[in-house]
Amino acid sequence: MPNQILDYKTKLDARSKYLRSQIIKGLRAGRRGHIGASFSLVEIMRVLYDDILKFDATNPSWSQRDRCILSKGHGCLALYVMLVDKGFIPEEELLKFCQVDGILGGHPEHKVAGVEASTGSLGHGLSIGLGMAINARYEKNGARVFVILGDGESNEGSVWEAAMSAGKNKLENLVVMVDYNKHQSYASTFEVQDLEPFADKWRAFNFAVSEVDGHDVKQLKEALQKPSKEGKPTAIICHTVKGKGVPYAEGNMQWHHKSRISDEDINSLLEEVEKY
Amino acid sequence: MRKTALNCVYELAKSNPDIFFIGSDLGVDTLKAFKEEMPERFLMEGVSEANVVGMAAGLALEGKTVYVNTIATFLTRRCFEQVVLDLGLHNVKVRLIGNGGGVVYAPLGPTHLAIDDIAIMRAIPNVTIVACADAVEMKKLIVQTVDYPGPMYIRLAKGHDPLVTQEETPFEIGKAIRMKRGDDGLILTTGITLRTALEAIKTLEVQGLDVGIVHVPTIKPLDTDFIRTQIDAVPLVVSVEEHTIMGGLGSAIAELIAESTFEAPKGFKRIGIPDIFPDQYGSQDSLMERCGVSAGAIVAAIWEISKKYVVSSR
Repeated sequence: MPNQILDYKTKLDARSKYLRSQIIKGLRAGRRGHIGASFSLVEIMRVLYDDILKFDATNPSWSQRDRCILSKGHGCLALYVMLVDKGFIPEEELLKFCQVDGILGGHPEHKVAGVEASTGSLGHGLSIGLGMAINARYEKNGARVFVILGDGESNEGSVWEAAMSAGKNKLENLVVMVDYNKHQSYASTFEVQDLEPFADKWRAFNFAVSEVDGHDVKQLKEALQKPSKEGKPTAIICHTVKGKGVPYAEGNMQWHHKSRISDEDINSLLEEVEKY
Repeated sequence: MRKTALNCVYELAKSNPDIFFIGSDLGVDTLKAFKEEMPERFLMEGVSEANVVGMAAGLALEGKTVYVNTIATFLTRRCFEQVVLDLGLHNVKVRLIGNGGGVVYAPLGPTHLAIDDIAIMRAIPNVTIVACADAVEMKKLIVQTVDYPGPMYIRLAKGHDPLVTQEETPFEIGKAIRMKRGDDGLILTTGITLRTALEAIKTLEVQGLDVGIVHVPTIKPLDTDFIRTQIDAVPLVVSVEEHTIMGGLGSAIAELIAESTFEAPKGFKRIGIPDIFPDQYGSQDSLMERCGVSAGAIVAAIWEISKKYVVSSR
């Protein structure tokens, strides 16, 4: 599997474009947001919520639901648009992103329906997910736990403490998905803190590992629908493009996070996504 | 105290299927029976405190009550952010049981001295902090922790600590306990320095001063109204703790005094470990003595303050 930046030229279908346009609505409301990190996540979140996760939006604490933790909390807009799409939260809230009277901030909070854990400071979500997976196994409620990590996040030692523990505990009901867009805030992951050989690292921690194009809905679905390997947690390395859907933002560090987003920026983002 | 606490957790877990235990890398055979009888609820996850606390949060978010045990310094300093965010922000029922609060690990040197644990925990919203005086009190505490809301830090002492409370001594999380009434002054203490305070008042009594003691096992939330009433009745107050004078019980009492209006001004002194890294090994007792946390230091402090305040207030 190639690791080169921007190697994935996957086209986006209407739903992927729609979800990105919803993210742009949030950006317009807050005039700020982690654009690159949200756009690289869209297909991962879409496939999870459209095809994989068991949930009941009218009963967010349903005990048998699958748990989904966005550990790279700065990609929250990609989660929010799915929670809106599935009816956990009203669309009006997306239009109040980061505003004083809104419930959706720049990192997801547990008080929001459908958000399993407050994240934002990196390196917390996997351990929380482990606790939930151990509980699901103990309660035999059939729930699975999905934790979405960032690549920059994987610099954190706590991620590897958790990975060691997940492997030792043979948590078959735990799925880690890494949004491997090869960029962190300062520069590429290869320059800041090279994760390679990344898939091998997860294998060494006793995970069953697969690698997919993280913008290819079919590949994501197939990887997620595969039964888990006996005695092993699953790790899916999702090769993605930071800023996917807006060519000038793709792999462009200036678009990792933007504040003071103008109406012109918004219109341009919408246009670019539409014609992608 | 540690053995009592852990045995009590084991006993509670036997009849409560929602109780989990997570250790890091504890001594061999710790809670052996728990592991044998309830293996699915006994986890030993290695020297990885950040992960242990996060896992505990995940279990607690699912409605479990989780007891986590390891050395106090590693539960407070090493994984501070996990305690703040995973436990405090989510406000979940995780009980951090910290071994060796204070200078218990004197022979092991400064890396193992938990002299700032209370200050660290006090800064976190939603966290309750309890330091018991002995095993008798610890047993009463652990029973109450099952249903108490939110995260809790429980500071353990050395083990085989002298018993200074009785079965009939009242204990309730959040409540301070008047151990002795006295008109000339008041000692406020937490944890095992209750015994130091008891020793000091005996000397003071012989020397002609009638000094009371209020034991404050729950440092947060502080039993503010009761403590204020007790302070109001005396001319001088001394706080005593096996902890740095920065941010622990003494600081909490200083804040209370500073923000209260009393009939007469109060003399006040914090007795605790000064703002230094202790520089000796030896024993818990020898290091406490070295740091000025002793019955003699309490007696001296009270006489010193009384020169001004007892005379002026009478």
